Amino acid sequence: MTYTFDFGAVLDRAPELLWGSLGTLGLALAGMLLALVIGILGVVARTSKSEITRTLVIAFVEVVRNTPFLVQIFFIYFALPLMGIRLNPTVTAVIALGINGGAYAIEIIRGGVESVSRGQIEAGFALGLHKADVFRLIVLKPALRAIYPSLTSQFIMLTLTTSVCTSIAAYELTSAAQRIESDTFRSFEVYFTVTAIYLVISTLMMGLFALISRHYFNYPTR
Amino acid sequence: MGPIGENEFFFLMQGLKWTVLLAIVGFIGGGIFGILIALLRTSKTKVARTITAGYIGVFQGTPLLMQLFVVYYGVALLGIEVNAWIAVAIAFTLHASAFLGEIWRGSIEAVPKGQTEAANALGLHYVSRMKDVILPQALKISMPATIGFLVQLIKGTSLAAIVGFIELTRAGQIISNQTYRPLLVFGIVGAIYFIICWPLSHAGSGLEKRMAKAAR
Repeated sequence: MTYTFDFGAVLDRAPELLWGSLGTLGLALAGMLLALVIGILGVVARTSKSEITRTLVIAFVEVVRNTPFLVQIFFIYFALPLMGIRLNPTVTAVIALGINGGAYAIEIIRGGVESVSRGQIEAGFALGLHKADVFRLIVLKPALRAIYPSLTSQFIMLTLTTSVCTSIAAYELTSAAQRIESDTFRSFEVYFTVTAIYLVISTLMMGLFALISRHYFNYPTR
Repeated sequence: MGPIGENEFFFLMQGLKWTVLLAIVGFIGGGIFGILIALLRTSKTKVARTITAGYIGVFQGTPLLMQLFVVYYGVALLGIEVNAWIAVAIAFTLHASAFLGEIWRGSIEAVPKGQTEAANALGLHYVSRMKDVILPQALKISMPATIGFLVQLIKGTSLAAIVGFIELTRAGQIISNQTYRPLLVFGIVGAIYFIICWPLSHAGSGLEKRMAKAAR
């Protein structure tokens, strides 16, 4: 084995990697917010009186969850211009991430809403609480607590998925890595470094989510 | 625009063949190493537990695409002449071993403690205790999650397209570039993935519901 590693060539491009990381974080954050909005709207639509609406929501969830994100992002990338919508690749990536994450969010949030028992709500009213207080204290907070672990791990998965957005040349870390690779030919060093950066990002997110959980949901349930 | 004819469809089917093969190899290879990881992760040796925890953490905390790139170029650095297919298969095997290892660790720990105690009381050795008592029960508990991961893996093989390996998605890209019908082509490609993944997902969640009912 005669290969000598040269991480210097990669570290010279540190500013690009930093900007790429910020791009990844921005993409992930925007994708999560859109996913949350789609998730909440989807759960509301899933309880609609119209059977067509309910079926559409279920079909949306099943289609998104059973096809690869790469195929979804290609489809959206080519479909939007045909609908007369011209967006830059990064905005297209946010839409694709939001739609993908939204389908998973619908399933997660639905589980949380269903976990709140009817008796608790009635008990709240019996104690003389206002409707708003019943919703905030008895429905929302326990439901949030119930879905928090799966929702946040879904968010971390979504953050890792942003790397696939390089396929439509969105602005993020993996596309920065591919640019550096094609300039320096240090393929292994570039991807090794970037993999480490992703690990740092996801570890920090996990820590942050755990911190939030300890702060907001730290109350006994029994 | 070009038509999507017999030739194009045949090309997609060739791609599908590689997608299925890649998923099968990744799942079997990942399954074999995954059991090893799960056993080490639940062993009495602290070093083994720490190392496997780190291994799982790295694979769960980094994008699959990056794992593919690192293994793909890493294998080349080792000086062994391997084709893209082997490199990609190794990457999926490692990826699957970490995820399956974590799933199976959970199900080994979910087997009631009394089972281990009973096996010890009967004087069973570690190998026999695991092989005959714990693992069969753990496997049953893990089925919904294992099937769920298989679906993830099948979808994940599409990322091999970015490394340049011609499986279903890459075949779709090539046909799309030739015929200028991206929506039709990716619609077909998506439908093929759906036809494979949906029955699996359905079976997995059905199993989960039945097991939840049985546990009550």
